[in-house]
Amino acid sequence: MISWELLALSPPGWGGVLLRGLLTSLEVAAGGYIVGQIIGVFGAAGKLYGGPVIRDLMEIYTTVIRAVPEMVLIVLLYYAGTDALNNILASFGHEAMDISGMVAGIMVIGLVQGGYSTEVLRGAIKAIPPGQIEAARAYGMAPAKIMRRITLPAMLPHAIPGLANLWLITTKDTALLAVVGFTELTLATRQAAGVTKDYLLFFSAAGVLYLIVTLISNVIIHFIEKRARRGMTRPQS
Amino acid sequence: MTDQNNEHAADLQDLAAPPPLPGLRALFKPHRLVMMAVAAALVVWMAMTMRWDWLPEYAGVLLSGLWVTFLLLVVTFTLGFLLSIPIGLVQVTGPRFLAWPAKAFCTIIRGTPLLLQLWLLYYGLGSLFPGIPDIRQSFLWPYLRVAWPYGVLALTLSCAGYEGEVMRGAFAGVPKGELEAARAYGMSRFTILRRIWLPRAIHRALPTLNGEMVMQLKSTPLVATITVVDLFAAISRVRQDTYLTYEPLLFLAFLYLCLTGILVALFRYFERRLPTRGA
Repeated sequence: MISWELLALSPPGWGGVLLRGLLTSLEVAAGGYIVGQIIGVFGAAGKLYGGPVIRDLMEIYTTVIRAVPEMVLIVLLYYAGTDALNNILASFGHEAMDISGMVAGIMVIGLVQGGYSTEVLRGAIKAIPPGQIEAARAYGMAPAKIMRRITLPAMLPHAIPGLANLWLITTKDTALLAVVGFTELTLATRQAAGVTKDYLLFFSAAGVLYLIVTLISNVIIHFIEKRARRGMTRPQS
Repeated sequence: MTDQNNEHAADLQDLAAPPPLPGLRALFKPHRLVMMAVAAALVVWMAMTMRWDWLPEYAGVLLSGLWVTFLLLVVTFTLGFLLSIPIGLVQVTGPRFLAWPAKAFCTIIRGTPLLLQLWLLYYGLGSLFPGIPDIRQSFLWPYLRVAWPYGVLALTLSCAGYEGEVMRGAFAGVPKGELEAARAYGMSRFTILRRIWLPRAIHRALPTLNGEMVMQLKSTPLVATITVVDLFAAISRVRQDTYLTYEPLLFLAFLYLCLTGILVALFRYFERRLPTRGA
């Protein structure tokens, strides 16, 4: 009844296509996650230590990102964003750039994740005992050095649960890139299912792949959490 | 040197007590007035230079799309919430053979993308049903042929999965003493649930439920991919008809921003009306 040979790795089967899609998904997720964390560090620093204008701008950024559906943001940034970029390039006399789906996907996912990670990191930084940062200031460290040496390492244990959650959300958000025609796991699955007409099998297979990613991530996250919290007292629950 | 110290002190104050919501007076700080002026100029510029002539023509489509989005949100959130109560409860007190499937359900729903679940139900189940003659003849067939029941089902299940986890935490977090007191009063298990456990759990979960509801709103546009004409699909139609890149999508983002704002404001209102002692 179930034709498993459709999932074979070599061409008559579509397993290879699915696995390539999974790889693309993971690449976009990893790239977007890294971009998001970089935005998040600057966003959190801007929100906590920036001037009033920067603070308000950051507030607007995180509010908009968190209030508008990811799918709308992805469609908006993917189409309008690349179009606007090319328009700007054209107005400076450059030739239109052909932005690859991968780069656009990473940027879009990164911008969305940046909004959330700003909030996570801001909360984590605020959980650091202020005395530690004061001590660093008293040593005469420059703000960037305080950030690098004290704030970021000290906030990490507080941020890890939130950041781990963001990673799990990122892996699932990449599926939304299927809507703009970027061939990652979900769209590859749909193409495979459309050709073979065996929708149930392929979507279930893709579901299992996503689930495996989530479960493996959970194991790794648990390990990292345990390591980051070594030497700390267990939080009272 | 003293300036730096003052700045530092201000920083610390900010760290200790972040303002929950800027009051009316906070809006009229000089830099905010300038920013508002810039924003207003931007809006005027957008209104002048961009094309908005499609708006009146498509107002009907947009309104019906908005109504579909609203219905989807309310129906699936309510159904999902009702489902999440047993899902959360059996994970806290239920027997193993009930708790385990509930946990597996939550893990699967939370571990896979909603878009995939939606397509699995719509294309997968949708392609299965026509092959079963009994279903073709049953009264359900007219509903199984269209897209929206699959959208409602997928959104409801997703909501139940996420909220089941929230409710599990909320049920587990109700202080044991309150339940023991209820038992000491001789209440039956069901009465305890109805009078004490459930209301207390919902009360505890309320702030999280607000976030879940916003998340649910943000999930609704996915149904546009299975031909349900919600707000997103309505805007997609505008885009296809007019070949405009920016205007419809910006308008769409603005509409969702307003919807989220209304949801958050509503929840704030209800939360304030509920009596709370401590945290």
